[in-house]
Amino acid sequence: MLKNSLLLYVLLLFVQCKSEKKEIQSDIVTNNYVVQTLNYKELKPLLERKDHKNYVVNFWATWCAPCVKELPYFEELEAEFKDRNIEVLLVSLDFPNKKDTKLLPFLKQRNIKSKVVLLDDANEDVWIQAIDESWSGAIPATLFYNSTNRKFFEQSFTRETLYKELQTFLNL
Amino acid sequence: MKHFKSILTLVLVAIAFAFTLPTDDGYKIGDTIEDFKLKNIDDKMVSLSDYSDAKGFMIIFTCNMCPYSVANEDRIIALDKKYKGLGFPVIAINPNDPVAMPGDGFPEMKVRAQEKGFTFPYLFDEGQKVYPKFGASRTPHVFIVSKPNMTVEYIGAIDNSSRDPRKVTEKYVENAVDALLSGKQPSKTETRAIGCSIKVVR
Repeated sequence: MLKNSLLLYVLLLFVQCKSEKKEIQSDIVTNNYVVQTLNYKELKPLLERKDHKNYVVNFWATWCAPCVKELPYFEELEAEFKDRNIEVLLVSLDFPNKKDTKLLPFLKQRNIKSKVVLLDDANEDVWIQAIDESWSGAIPATLFYNSTNRKFFEQSFTRETLYKELQTFLNL
Repeated sequence: MKHFKSILTLVLVAIAFAFTLPTDDGYKIGDTIEDFKLKNIDDKMVSLSDYSDAKGFMIIFTCNMCPYSVANEDRIIALDKKYKGLGFPVIAINPNDPVAMPGDGFPEMKVRAQEKGFTFPYLFDEGQKVYPKFGASRTPHVFIVSKPNMTVEYIGAIDNSSRDPRKVTEKYVENAVDALLSGKQPSKTETRAIGCSIKVVR
Protein backbone atom coordinates (compact mmCIF):
# COMPACT_ATOMS: atom_id res chain seq x y z
CA MET A 1 0.00 0.00 0.00
CA LEU A 2 2.75 2.40 0.97
CA LYS A 3 4.70 1.45 -2.05
CA ASN A 4 1.69 2.07 -4.21
CA SER A 5 0.95 5.54 -2.85
CA LEU A 6 4.60 6.47 -3.19
CA LEU A 7 4.45 5.47 -6.79
CA LEU A 8 1.28 7.47 -7.25
CA TYR A 9 2.94 10.48 -5.62
CA VAL A 10 5.98 10.28 -7.86
CA LEU A 11 3.71 9.87 -10.83
CA LEU A 12 1.65 12.91 -9.84
CA LEU A 13 4.77 14.95 -9.33
CA PHE A 14 5.94 13.96 -12.77
CA VAL A 15 2.63 14.88 -14.37
CA GLN A 16 2.60 18.19 -12.59
CA CYS A 17 6.10 19.04 -13.72
CA LYS A 18 5.23 18.16 -17.22
CA SER A 19 2.08 20.26 -17.30
CA GLU A 20 3.97 23.22 -15.84
CA LYS A 21 6.58 22.97 -18.54
CA LYS A 22 3.88 22.77 -21.16
CA GLU A 23 2.28 25.94 -19.84
CA ILE A 24 5.52 27.88 -20.10
CA GLN A 25 6.00 26.69 -23.62
CA SER A 26 2.55 27.73 -24.71
CA ASP A 27 3.21 31.12 -23.15
CA ILE A 28 6.25 31.61 -25.32
CA VAL A 29 4.19 30.67 -28.31
CA THR A 30 1.53 33.19 -27.34
CA ASN A 31 4.05 35.95 -26.84
CA ASN A 32 5.92 35.62 -30.05
CA TYR A 33 4.14 33.70 -32.67
CA VAL A 34 0.60 34.89 -32.68
CA VAL A 35 0.62 37.24 -35.61
CA GLN A 36 -2.28 39.58 -36.09
CA THR A 37 -3.52 40.14 -39.61
CA LEU A 38 -4.26 43.83 -40.08
CA ASN A 39 -5.62 45.97 -42.87
CA TYR A 40 -4.07 49.40 -43.42
CA LYS A 41 -6.63 51.17 -41.27
CA GLU A 42 -5.70 48.88 -38.41
CA LEU A 43 -1.96 49.20 -39.04
CA LYS A 44 -1.96 53.00 -39.33
CA PRO A 45 -2.13 53.74 -35.57
CA LEU A 46 0.99 51.60 -35.13
CA LEU A 47 2.85 53.85 -37.58
CA GLU A 48 2.06 57.12 -35.82
CA ARG A 49 2.17 56.56 -32.09
CA LYS A 50 3.02 59.70 -30.20
CA ASP A 51 4.75 58.63 -27.03
CA HIS A 52 8.33 58.69 -25.83
CA LYS A 53 9.51 55.75 -27.86
CA ASN A 54 11.51 55.54 -31.06
CA TYR A 55 9.88 53.12 -33.46
CA VAL A 56 11.61 51.09 -36.15
CA VAL A 57 9.15 49.54 -38.59
CA ASN A 58 10.49 47.09 -41.16
CA PHE A 59 8.42 45.94 -44.15
CA TRP A 60 9.52 42.47 -45.21
CA ALA A 61 8.47 39.00 -46.29
CA THR A 62 9.80 35.50 -45.64
CA TRP A 63 10.49 34.90 -49.33
CA CYS A 64 12.42 38.18 -49.75
CA ALA A 65 16.11 37.25 -49.53
CA PRO A 66 17.51 40.72 -48.71
CA CYS A 67 14.76 41.15 -46.07
CA VAL A 68 15.62 37.88 -44.38
CA LYS A 69 19.29 38.77 -44.45
CA GLU A 70 18.80 42.04 -42.58
CA LEU A 71 16.21 40.73 -40.11
CA PRO A 72 18.80 39.80 -37.44
CA TYR A 73 20.08 43.40 -37.40
CA PHE A 74 16.57 44.66 -36.60
CA GLU A 75 16.26 42.02 -33.89
CA GLU A 76 19.36 43.45 -32.19
CA LEU A 77 18.28 47.09 -32.14
CA GLU A 78 16.26 47.15 -28.92
CA ALA A 79 19.24 45.72 -27.01
CA GLU A 80 21.92 47.64 -28.88
CA PHE A 81 20.20 51.00 -28.34
CA LYS A 82 18.85 50.00 -24.92
CA ASP A 83 18.93 53.50 -23.42
CA ARG A 84 17.14 55.02 -26.41
CA ASN A 85 13.79 53.32 -25.93
CA ILE A 86 13.54 51.58 -29.29
CA GLU A 87 10.61 49.40 -30.32
CA VAL A 88 10.83 47.26 -33.43
CA LEU A 89 7.77 46.25 -35.45
CA LEU A 90 8.08 43.80 -38.33
CA VAL A 91 5.30 44.22 -40.89
CA SER A 92 5.12 41.09 -43.01
CA LEU A 93 3.90 41.35 -46.60
CA ASP A 94 3.74 37.61 -47.03
CA PHE A 95 0.82 36.18 -48.94
CA PRO A 96 -2.03 36.01 -46.43
CA ASN A 97 -2.87 32.43 -47.40
CA LYS A 98 0.70 31.42 -46.47
CA LYS A 99 0.52 32.73 -42.91
CA ASP A 100 0.24 29.31 -41.27
CA THR A 101 2.45 27.39 -43.68
CA LYS A 102 5.25 29.92 -44.22
CA LEU A 103 5.21 32.91 -41.89
CA LEU A 104 4.56 31.28 -38.51
CA PRO A 105 7.01 28.38 -39.04
CA PHE A 106 9.63 30.90 -40.18
CA LEU A 107 9.23 33.03 -37.04
CA LYS A 108 9.45 29.96 -34.85
CA GLN A 109 12.44 28.52 -36.64
CA ARG A 110 14.37 31.79 -36.50
CA ASN A 111 13.19 32.48 -32.96
CA ILE A 112 12.08 36.00 -33.92
CA LYS A 113 11.49 38.13 -30.82
CA SER A 114 10.19 41.39 -32.29
CA LYS A 115 6.49 42.07 -32.68
CA VAL A 116 5.22 40.86 -36.05
CA VAL A 117 2.00 41.75 -37.85
CA LEU A 118 0.77 40.69 -41.28
CA LEU A 119 -0.51 43.48 -43.50
CA ASP A 120 -3.33 42.23 -45.71
CA ASP A 121 -4.85 45.09 -47.63
CA ALA A 122 -5.50 44.94 -51.36
CA ASN A 123 -5.50 48.64 -52.05
CA GLU A 124 -1.73 48.95 -52.28
CA ASP A 125 -1.70 52.11 -54.35
CA VAL A 126 -3.41 53.94 -51.49
CA TRP A 127 -1.49 52.69 -48.48
CA ILE A 128 2.02 52.55 -50.01
CA GLN A 129 2.07 56.29 -50.59
CA ALA A 130 0.23 56.94 -47.34
CA ILE A 131 3.05 55.20 -45.48
CA ASP A 132 5.61 57.26 -47.36
CA GLU A 133 5.40 59.46 -50.44
CA SER A 134 8.80 58.25 -51.64
CA TRP A 135 8.04 54.51 -51.40
CA SER A 136 7.66 52.82 -54.79
CA GLY A 137 6.53 49.61 -53.14
CA ALA A 138 9.73 47.56 -53.24
CA ILE A 139 10.75 45.63 -50.14
CA PRO A 140 12.72 45.65 -47.95
CA ALA A 141 11.70 49.08 -46.71
CA THR A 142 12.05 50.64 -43.28
CA LEU A 143 10.45 53.49 -41.35
CA PHE A 144 11.98 55.22 -38.31
CA TYR A 145 9.63 57.45 -36.38
CA ASN A 146 8.98 59.10 -33.07
CA SER A 147 6.64 61.85 -31.94
CA THR A 148 8.54 64.52 -33.89
CA ASN A 149 10.47 62.91 -36.78
CA ARG A 150 10.01 60.36 -39.54
CA LYS A 151 12.49 58.86 -41.94
CA PHE A 152 11.78 56.28 -44.62
CA PHE A 153 14.22 54.01 -46.46
CA GLU A 154 13.44 51.97 -49.57
CA GLN A 155 16.64 49.94 -49.41
CA SER A 156 18.30 47.08 -47.65
CA PHE A 157 20.71 47.58 -44.78
CA THR A 158 23.93 46.08 -43.55
CA ARG A 159 24.35 46.01 -39.79
CA GLU A 160 26.67 49.03 -40.06
CA THR A 161 24.37 51.14 -42.26
CA LEU A 162 21.35 50.34 -40.10
CA TYR A 163 23.10 51.31 -36.88
CA LYS A 164 24.50 54.44 -38.49
CA GLU A 165 21.16 55.58 -39.93
CA LEU A 166 19.36 54.90 -36.67
CA GLN A 167 22.02 56.79 -34.72
CA THR A 168 21.68 59.73 -37.11
CA PHE A 169 17.91 59.63 -36.70
CA LEU A 170 18.15 59.53 -32.91
CA ASN A 171 20.43 62.57 -32.96
CA LEU A 172 17.89 64.66 -34.91
CA MET B 1 42.63 69.42 -42.00
CA LYS B 2 39.77 71.78 -42.59
CA HIS B 3 39.87 70.97 -46.30
CA PHE B 4 40.03 67.31 -45.60
CA LYS B 5 36.93 67.57 -43.44
CA SER B 6 34.89 69.38 -46.05
CA ILE B 7 36.00 66.94 -48.74
CA LEU B 8 35.06 64.07 -46.47
CA THR B 9 31.65 65.63 -45.86
CA LEU B 10 31.17 66.06 -49.58
CA VAL B 11 32.10 62.44 -50.24
CA LEU B 12 29.76 61.25 -47.50
CA VAL B 13 26.92 63.32 -48.88
CA ALA B 14 27.60 61.92 -52.35
CA ILE B 15 27.57 58.39 -50.99
CA ALA B 16 24.36 59.02 -49.07
CA PHE B 17 22.74 60.31 -52.25
CA ALA B 18 23.97 57.37 -54.25
CA PHE B 19 22.29 55.04 -51.78
CA THR B 20 19.08 56.83 -51.00
CA LEU B 21 18.02 57.98 -54.45
CA PRO B 22 18.58 55.03 -56.72
CA THR B 23 15.10 55.13 -58.22
CA ASP B 24 14.51 58.84 -58.59
CA ASP B 25 16.23 58.80 -61.94
CA GLY B 26 14.54 57.25 -64.87
CA TYR B 27 11.65 58.00 -67.17
CA LYS B 28 8.71 60.08 -66.03
CA ILE B 29 5.26 60.36 -67.57
CA GLY B 30 5.53 62.15 -70.92
CA ASP B 31 9.21 61.29 -71.45
CA THR B 32 10.40 59.69 -74.68
CA ILE B 33 12.13 56.39 -74.18
CA GLU B 34 15.21 55.13 -75.94
CA ASP B 35 14.94 51.84 -77.80
CA PHE B 36 16.94 48.89 -76.50
CA LYS B 37 18.26 45.63 -77.85
CA LEU B 38 18.04 42.67 -75.50
CA LYS B 39 18.28 38.92 -75.84
CA ASN B 40 15.01 37.00 -75.84
CA ILE B 41 14.49 33.48 -74.53
CA ASP B 42 14.63 32.22 -78.17
CA ASP B 43 18.21 33.60 -78.31
CA LYS B 44 17.22 36.30 -80.79
CA MET B 45 17.77 39.98 -80.10
CA VAL B 46 14.63 42.08 -79.68
CA SER B 47 14.16 45.84 -80.10
CA LEU B 48 10.97 47.85 -79.94
CA SER B 49 11.70 49.03 -83.49
CA ASP B 50 11.06 45.44 -84.63
CA TYR B 51 7.36 46.02 -83.96
CA SER B 52 6.50 48.25 -86.87
CA ASP B 53 2.75 47.60 -86.58
CA ALA B 54 2.47 48.21 -82.83
CA LYS B 55 0.63 51.23 -81.44
CA GLY B 56 2.55 50.97 -78.22
CA PHE B 57 3.93 48.58 -75.63
CA MET B 58 3.34 47.23 -72.16
CA ILE B 59 6.92 46.94 -70.96
CA ILE B 60 6.92 44.88 -67.77
CA PHE B 61 9.96 44.35 -65.56
CA THR B 62 9.43 40.95 -63.98
CA CYS B 63 11.41 37.85 -63.06
CA ASN B 64 11.26 34.17 -62.16
CA MET B 65 11.90 34.19 -58.45
CA CYS B 66 9.87 37.05 -56.99
CA PRO B 67 6.57 35.70 -55.62
CA TYR B 68 4.83 38.95 -56.57
CA SER B 69 5.98 38.44 -60.15
CA VAL B 70 4.87 34.82 -60.06
CA ALA B 71 1.48 35.88 -58.65
CA ASN B 72 1.10 38.18 -61.66
CA GLU B 73 2.26 35.80 -64.43
CA ASP B 74 -1.21 34.72 -65.42
CA ARG B 75 -2.35 38.35 -65.44
CA ILE B 76 0.59 39.33 -67.69
CA ILE B 77 -0.22 36.49 -70.11
CA ALA B 78 -3.88 37.61 -70.16
CA LEU B 79 -2.84 41.20 -70.87
CA ASP B 80 -0.71 40.11 -73.82
CA LYS B 81 -3.47 37.89 -75.21
CA LYS B 82 -6.01 40.66 -74.92
CA TYR B 83 -3.96 43.56 -76.31
CA LYS B 84 -1.33 42.11 -78.64
CA GLY B 85 -3.84 41.88 -81.47
CA LEU B 86 -4.99 45.43 -80.74
CA GLY B 87 -1.44 46.76 -81.14
CA PHE B 88 -0.19 46.80 -77.53
CA PRO B 89 2.00 43.74 -76.94
CA VAL B 90 3.69 42.85 -73.65
CA ILE B 91 7.49 43.07 -73.61
CA ALA B 92 8.75 41.42 -70.42
CA ILE B 93 12.24 42.18 -69.14
CA ASN B 94 14.07 40.43 -66.31
CA PRO B 95 16.23 43.12 -64.65
CA ASN B 96 17.87 40.97 -61.98
CA ASP B 97 21.52 40.01 -61.79
CA PRO B 98 21.50 36.20 -61.53
CA VAL B 99 24.66 36.37 -59.44
CA ALA B 100 22.62 38.23 -56.82
CA MET B 101 19.52 36.11 -57.46
CA PRO B 102 20.21 32.55 -58.57
CA GLY B 103 17.15 31.33 -60.40
CA ASP B 104 16.81 34.51 -62.41
CA GLY B 105 19.45 33.56 -64.97
CA PHE B 106 18.90 33.29 -68.70
CA PRO B 107 18.63 29.44 -68.78
CA GLU B 108 16.07 29.57 -65.94
CA MET B 109 14.09 32.23 -67.80
CA LYS B 110 13.76 29.86 -70.75
CA VAL B 111 12.47 27.12 -68.46
CA ARG B 112 9.91 29.37 -66.75
CA ALA B 113 8.64 30.81 -70.04
CA GLN B 114 8.16 27.29 -71.37
CA GLU B 115 6.39 26.09 -68.21
CA LYS B 116 3.97 29.00 -68.19
CA GLY B 117 3.61 29.27 -71.95
CA PHE B 118 4.61 32.93 -72.19
CA THR B 119 3.09 34.44 -75.33
CA PHE B 120 5.41 37.46 -75.26
CA PRO B 121 9.15 38.11 -75.44
CA TYR B 122 10.92 37.61 -72.12
CA LEU B 123 14.14 39.58 -72.37
CA PHE B 124 17.25 39.45 -70.23
CA ASP B 125 18.67 42.81 -69.16
CA GLU B 126 22.23 41.54 -69.42
CA GLY B 127 24.62 43.88 -67.61
CA GLN B 128 21.59 45.70 -66.11
CA LYS B 129 21.80 48.62 -68.52
CA VAL B 130 18.11 49.04 -69.37
CA TYR B 131 16.17 48.98 -66.11
CA PRO B 132 18.00 52.02 -64.62
CA LYS B 133 17.04 54.10 -67.67
CA PHE B 134 13.42 53.34 -66.92
CA GLY B 135 13.91 53.86 -63.23
CA ALA B 136 12.31 50.51 -62.54
CA SER B 137 12.60 49.78 -58.83
CA ARG B 138 10.79 46.49 -58.35
CA THR B 139 9.27 43.45 -59.98
CA PRO B 140 6.66 43.53 -61.38
CA HIS B 141 6.84 47.15 -62.59
CA VAL B 142 4.89 48.23 -65.70
CA PHE B 143 5.71 51.02 -68.17
CA ILE B 144 3.16 51.69 -70.92
CA VAL B 145 4.64 53.46 -73.93
CA SER B 146 2.77 54.83 -76.94
CA LYS B 147 3.97 55.25 -80.50
CA PRO B 148 4.86 57.10 -82.64
CA ASN B 149 6.84 59.20 -80.16
CA MET B 150 7.61 56.40 -77.71
CA THR B 151 5.98 58.41 -74.94
CA VAL B 152 5.70 57.07 -71.40
CA GLU B 153 1.96 57.04 -70.65
CA TYR B 154 1.73 55.00 -67.47
CA ILE B 155 4.09 53.74 -64.74
CA GLY B 156 3.10 51.37 -62.00
CA ALA B 157 1.13 48.30 -61.01
CA ILE B 158 -0.95 45.91 -63.09
CA ASP B 159 -3.98 46.34 -60.84
CA ASN B 160 -4.88 47.23 -57.29
CA SER B 161 -4.33 43.83 -55.68
CA SER B 162 -0.98 42.30 -56.54
CA ARG B 163 -1.11 39.52 -53.97
CA ASP B 164 -4.64 38.30 -54.56
CA PRO B 165 -6.22 38.42 -58.05
CA ARG B 166 -9.66 37.77 -56.55
CA LYS B 167 -9.57 41.11 -54.73
CA VAL B 168 -8.86 43.20 -57.83
CA THR B 169 -11.36 46.04 -58.20
CA GLU B 170 -9.39 48.30 -60.53
CA LYS B 171 -7.36 47.14 -63.52
CA TYR B 172 -4.91 50.02 -63.98
CA VAL B 173 -3.04 48.71 -67.02
CA GLU B 174 -6.17 47.63 -68.89
CA ASN B 175 -7.80 50.99 -68.20
CA ALA B 176 -4.74 52.85 -69.45
CA VAL B 177 -4.40 50.83 -72.65
CA ASP B 178 -8.15 51.06 -73.30
CA ALA B 179 -7.89 54.84 -73.00
CA LEU B 180 -4.90 55.02 -75.35
CA LEU B 181 -6.63 52.78 -77.89
CA SER B 182 -9.59 55.14 -77.95
CA GLY B 183 -7.31 58.14 -78.40
CA LYS B 184 -7.56 59.40 -74.81
CA GLN B 185 -5.06 60.02 -72.05
CA PRO B 186 -5.12 57.42 -69.27
CA SER B 187 -6.93 58.85 -66.26
CA LYS B 188 -4.52 57.25 -63.83
CA THR B 189 -0.88 57.50 -64.88
CA GLU B 190 1.04 56.43 -61.80
CA THR B 191 0.28 53.73 -59.26
CA ARG B 192 2.21 51.70 -56.75
CA ALA B 193 2.29 48.10 -55.65
CA ILE B 194 4.38 45.98 -53.38
CA GLY B 195 7.12 44.18 -55.26
CA CYS B 196 10.56 42.68 -54.92
CA SER B 197 13.54 44.97 -55.08
CA ILE B 198 15.66 44.56 -58.21
CA LYS B 199 18.64 42.39 -57.37
CA VAL B 200 22.05 43.96 -57.88
CA VAL B 201 25.45 42.68 -56.81
CA ARG B 202 26.83 45.16 -54.33
